Amino acid sequence: MNWLLEPFRYEFMQRAFLECVLIGFTNGFLGAFVVIRRLALTADALSHSLLPGLAVAAILVGLNPAGLLLGGLVAAAIVAVGGQMITRSSRIKDETAIASLYVIAFALGVVLIKYARVKVDLDSFLFGNILGVSDSDIWTSLAISAVTLATLLAIQRPLLLTLFEASVARTQGIRVNLILTTLILLIVLAMLSSLQAVGVLLSLGLLILPAATMYLLSDSYQAMSWGGAGIGVGGAVLGLLLSFWANIPSGPAIIMVLGALFISAYLFSPKYGIITRALRPRHLHEESLQRWK
Amino acid sequence: MSHHLTLKDLTVSFNRIPAIHHINLDVGCGSCVGLLGPNGAGKSTLLKAIAGLLPIETGSIEFRGHEIGENDAPGKTIAYVPQREAVDWDFPITVCGLVEMGRYPALGLWKKFGPEDRRIVNEALQMMDLEDYAARQISALSGGQQQRAFLARAWAQQSDIYLLDEPYTGLDRNARLAFTDALHTLRAAGKLIISSHHELNDVPVIFDHVILINGELVACGEIATAFTPENTERTFATRIFAGAHA
Repeated sequence: MNWLLEPFRYEFMQRAFLECVLIGFTNGFLGAFVVIRRLALTADALSHSLLPGLAVAAILVGLNPAGLLLGGLVAAAIVAVGGQMITRSSRIKDETAIASLYVIAFALGVVLIKYARVKVDLDSFLFGNILGVSDSDIWTSLAISAVTLATLLAIQRPLLLTLFEASVARTQGIRVNLILTTLILLIVLAMLSSLQAVGVLLSLGLLILPAATMYLLSDSYQAMSWGGAGIGVGGAVLGLLLSFWANIPSGPAIIMVLGALFISAYLFSPKYGIITRALRPRHLHEESLQRWK
Repeated sequence: MSHHLTLKDLTVSFNRIPAIHHINLDVGCGSCVGLLGPNGAGKSTLLKAIAGLLPIETGSIEFRGHEIGENDAPGKTIAYVPQREAVDWDFPITVCGLVEMGRYPALGLWKKFGPEDRRIVNEALQMMDLEDYAARQISALSGGQQQRAFLARAWAQQSDIYLLDEPYTGLDRNARLAFTDALHTLRAAGKLIISSHHELNDVPVIFDHVILINGELVACGEIATAFTPENTERTFATRIFAGAHA
């Protein structure tokens, strides 16, 4: 038992566990709506576009959490709005527009980070370092979790209608654009909260892998969001333990655990798993006849 | 007095070019109205305009003497059922969950889903003969069942007007019969159903009224008076005004 309890003895690990629970829950819960709406690519673009915002914040105010949060939000907003502008005003389609902007933003971020006031480790921005999580990071994550969960629960009905059939939602007086903008804003917030743990490049995994896993396991959106939250927490904590025991980087360890769960669901999900379906006995003709009799 | 939907001088445009113009018509609740016309005649445009999805260039849409949208609770007057291709069938929702969505406008953000809501949802499932499929994911239904599931949701919404966009597309004979029965049940309950339709043969079986359009209104009225060979010929033979004079 000693080996199991050992990680919890260190204060930095206790903080890391708490952070894992918070970001695992928030991203897992929110991820359901990202997967349902097929926003994974947009979310990926937004995660990359955080980097120049973080870099500018690091140049102006150093590594202040509030500054980084604001910088990331502004950068993601510029890419999201810019993508919309290009789509509307030219013949470029939306996925090309947003992909073009996010690679530009990412490149700009890598350059800008060289000019930060304090020495910034690019690797920790890209891949995260949950062991370096501070008290203020945890408070920030807690606040983001509370805001995300409260907002999603409050707008659940109009959000669901909007995601399912935007036109029908409009006939019911729902402000579809406002709902979708809120969803995008929550995605950016959730990614900012997971930055310290898994970094810009891996934050997408924490957002979509739990929901994608649940999508293979369930036909209910409620199960997708609550189950996604559970998988997010479990996967993040397990990944952290794994990184401690095997002495591997924590961000990739967390994503690999979530990835393993996703692949397992793809193969063995009771209803949609490819191996399960292949092994399922055929619906025999005799059985059909029996039913008709 | 029965409730009437009245369109007065209705024009709806895309990029300033009218798709339907100066439509005047009046239809009452307790009718099943077929909206007929060739491709590009503006059938979907008219339905969307009534549903409030498209801005109106001129004229007005009134129900019970008031402009639609005025003083109405959202979703209370109109239930819109889009074309089947517009629906994401892999959406993680069951038939029962779909029908429950019909209660959302009445529930708003905070009201709890209560016994009365449950009763209405069950009633909708029963009316559309879907009780046995309530727990199924929506893609695991046949085409006809899918259409009836959307009708069940519209019933749960308790609206007065049902707008359906080509609901018969892709349905086989049995599914068409079952769907027609479902529409007639709604009509008997005093609802107004307006459904765009492109198959002329079964119009008298399904509908009691028709609206014939080809950019402009050709005829509107009961089957016996409006669905005449001359009107049909005028609707389908005339070139549609594209908004630009040669």
